[in-house]
Amino acid sequence: MSSNPITKKNEKAGAEKVVRPDIQHVIAVGSGKGGVGKSSITALLAAGASRAGFKVGILDADITGPSIPKMFGLKMSPERKGFSPMESSSGIKIMSLNLLLASEDDPVIWRGPLIAGAVRQFWSDVDWGELDYLFIDLPPGTADAPLTVMQTIPLDGLVVVSSPQDLVVMVVKKALKMAGTMDVPVLGLVENMSYLICPHCGVETEFFGSPKGEEVSKLTGLPLLAALPLDQKLAEYCDRGLVERYESELFDKLLSILQGDKLI
Amino acid sequence: MSSDKSSQEEEKTGLEKILRPGIKHVIAVGSGKGGVGKSSVTSLLAVGASREGFKVGILDADITGPSIPKMFGIKKALGTMGFDPTETSQGIRIMSLNLLLSNEEDPVIWRGPLIGGAVKQFWADVEWGELDYLFIDLPPGTADAPLTVMQTIPLDGLVIVSSPQDLAVMVVKKALKMAKAMNISVLGLVENMSYLICPHCQAKVEVFGSSKGEEVAELTGVPLIAILPLDKKLAECCDNGTVEDYESELFKKLLSVQQVKMNAGGMNE
Repeated sequence: MSSNPITKKNEKAGAEKVVRPDIQHVIAVGSGKGGVGKSSITALLAAGASRAGFKVGILDADITGPSIPKMFGLKMSPERKGFSPMESSSGIKIMSLNLLLASEDDPVIWRGPLIAGAVRQFWSDVDWGELDYLFIDLPPGTADAPLTVMQTIPLDGLVVVSSPQDLVVMVVKKALKMAGTMDVPVLGLVENMSYLICPHCGVETEFFGSPKGEEVSKLTGLPLLAALPLDQKLAEYCDRGLVERYESELFDKLLSILQGDKLI
Repeated sequence: MSSDKSSQEEEKTGLEKILRPGIKHVIAVGSGKGGVGKSSVTSLLAVGASREGFKVGILDADITGPSIPKMFGIKKALGTMGFDPTETSQGIRIMSLNLLLSNEEDPVIWRGPLIGGAVKQFWADVEWGELDYLFIDLPPGTADAPLTVMQTIPLDGLVIVSSPQDLAVMVVKKALKMAKAMNISVLGLVENMSYLICPHCQAKVEVFGSSKGEEVAELTGVPLIAILPLDKKLAECCDNGTVEDYESELFKKLLSVQQVKMNAGGMNE
């Protein structure tokens, strides 16, 4: 059945990609390193796209450490049927393993094959409906979940998040090399926690060392979407489930890059 | 062969733990959440133990995102035979997947079973020699690497690292529940990135919200080992590979928390 339009052979990875014609654009957000703000960036991109009038979803591929539901103030609701995503207050459709747990702090002690299976199902079996943009929040590392996302889902591309620490830059390069190996285009870099604005004196400090976004961008030839500060307000909004209220230009920048590259 | 001294039936998980009599104490450092400072805390504990005169090793179980070698400024040692750990300037023995790569930026695109296998080998096949303390740096999440560590390695216990974000606290609770399910004792909690001191005006800024260490400790019954600031100097030391030069009381605090626990309950030997 190689002529089946629903599946398309991915030659490089040797795995079949599952195509969903009802979802226009799929963008993954990853980094390799944990705690640099992948989930916040995913949330800000989704909120920006939604504000611009697009129909938007978030697939939380961080199966064992999901952050997305909490940022949008969502919890499991028992009356939800089958594999339908939950909707945030601004109408963003969200699927996350934490929305399937009775208690949000229950651990999901799963080995790789189960994790990959969940990611695959989140893509192919969830009732996403028509979407203009689906953002995928990847977990740290280069193991099962990112690998399955890159092998199974036809991505428009990857947004890579880093912080100015040398250490992080090293791990980010791992993620970039992985994308290269898997034939996934990298759309751009976001340098997060680039500097700190002290709420007391208002002075900007380069807390994690001097920003390296420009340098990494030059080195890799990738556009720098933004250099974002370590912002107490964003952390607070994420904790209170109000991330949709945080203003950011991130999606508009991504969109102009996509349009500039004539990807849209 | 149930009387075999080198293997011990683990009742709760039904898996055999591999014993290494040359290694006296094994302490894992984990969190569930990424980027809260597991690797820094692991390093500070190891450096502290080494300064006290103990023989110390670090097993980096973060196979796909290892940070330990860079923090100690070590790279692949040419000419090391087989599975020898690399020694830091202070004599801490380190094994990490990044010490086996020809380029530290190469990704390790592995699925779970390979990751579990690497972790097991790092424990069973590495020539650690005699060690007083082996610290294990766990990756984020509750998947293959932490699961293999908890199933295969006879741990003295787990140190859990968190940040004050509610989000991180939620994920820490996941790690606590996992430890309980795996029958691993939790030695204590380290709240990292609790606050920072503005280098300009010296004000104390709680970037990730107000400290929740005391609260979580009370709620879970896990002792609080320390509340650490987000320290620019530590970030620099980790980036420069000079984490051994950073002064910290963390290991002594861990010991004193254990002492208090022993005096109170007498459950540990």
